[in-house]
Amino acid sequence: MTAEHMTTEHVTTEQTLRSRMLGVVADWSSDQRSFKSASWGKAMMWIFLVSDTFVFSCFLISYMTVRMSTTVEWPHPSEIFALDIGGKKIPLILIAIMTFDLITSSGTMAMAVNFAYARQRKKAAILMLVTAFFGAAFVGMQAFEWSKLIHEGVRPWGNPFGAAQFGSSFFMITGFHGFHVSVGVIFLLIIARSVWRGDYDVGRRGFFTSRKGRYEIVEIMGLYWHFVDLVWVFIFAFFYLW
Amino acid sequence: MTATTDDTTHGHVPVAQAAQPAAQVHGQQHPIKLYLLVWALLFVLSACSYLVDYFDVQGYLRWFLIVVFMLLKAGLIVAVFMHMAWERLALVVAILLPPMAVLVLMAMMAWEGEYTKYLRVFFFG
Repeated sequence: MTAEHMTTEHVTTEQTLRSRMLGVVADWSSDQRSFKSASWGKAMMWIFLVSDTFVFSCFLISYMTVRMSTTVEWPHPSEIFALDIGGKKIPLILIAIMTFDLITSSGTMAMAVNFAYARQRKKAAILMLVTAFFGAAFVGMQAFEWSKLIHEGVRPWGNPFGAAQFGSSFFMITGFHGFHVSVGVIFLLIIARSVWRGDYDVGRRGFFTSRKGRYEIVEIMGLYWHFVDLVWVFIFAFFYLW
Repeated sequence: MTATTDDTTHGHVPVAQAAQPAAQVHGQQHPIKLYLLVWALLFVLSACSYLVDYFDVQGYLRWFLIVVFMLLKAGLIVAVFMHMAWERLALVVAILLPPMAVLVLMAMMAWEGEYTKYLRVFFFG
């Protein structure tokens, strides 16, 4: 539509609006992409992860703010998260085990991606199940840690060890992270099942999307899983070690 | 604009769809050896940061070591496990630059936190 056309009286405002709306559709659906090497699935997962980065950043920065501004002494994580093993008190040992557990699950996930692209689907599925197992173990240890702290009297509004903000920061940050791990385990199981059955070889349609999947979904799933590990790296440093 | 109903043209790499299996194999495939190396490095770095606590290192050295080990671990995970090292710069920049804004918020809130603490000590201390 030319500029002269638009100014003629015959064109009603309704038509102009319609053509402009079509323009919006045309522009957004023109076949252009910024991320030449990444498919939409991968790009969207990355963009989701960036938004999630901001969520966790806000939690950690709020934690920093309350810890800096309190005049009461901050509880000593090294002692609170210590465990008695064989009559000896080992500082922070449970958190250390959880860290190694999550790193191990990241390693098996990375290898699952490799085998998925190599179309060795049984190996890929088994590695994903191993990843899910380590993820579930992590959540289990977190549940143990939570119940231990709750038993000792730690609440979101106060605790016997020091600054009241410790409880709210702890439950909020580790709770949100644990939720991410739990969701990851569920997705791992769903995709491991599809990989094991060979859905991506025969082009079986997904139950939710009704579209044919590709082995790339394993890599996209892996991005999420590694991100969960990445967040733990920061929580471990700032919350437990600081 | 040509309206197409074929969903394979919507962003998915058409080559991988058209040319069957063989073309898809080269996704993000890297030697298993590299993953095992990174895995081992992450273990060592985690052990190092745990030892900072175990040996009760205090003061600036503690914070310095914790941050260094943390950044090294984060870098390895993003670069190798998440394949950032092999992605095009357009994606790397779009993903890694925005979170830098967090540093601004962090600086602002650190300032705010100090100020709140000062007020608390001044009026209630």
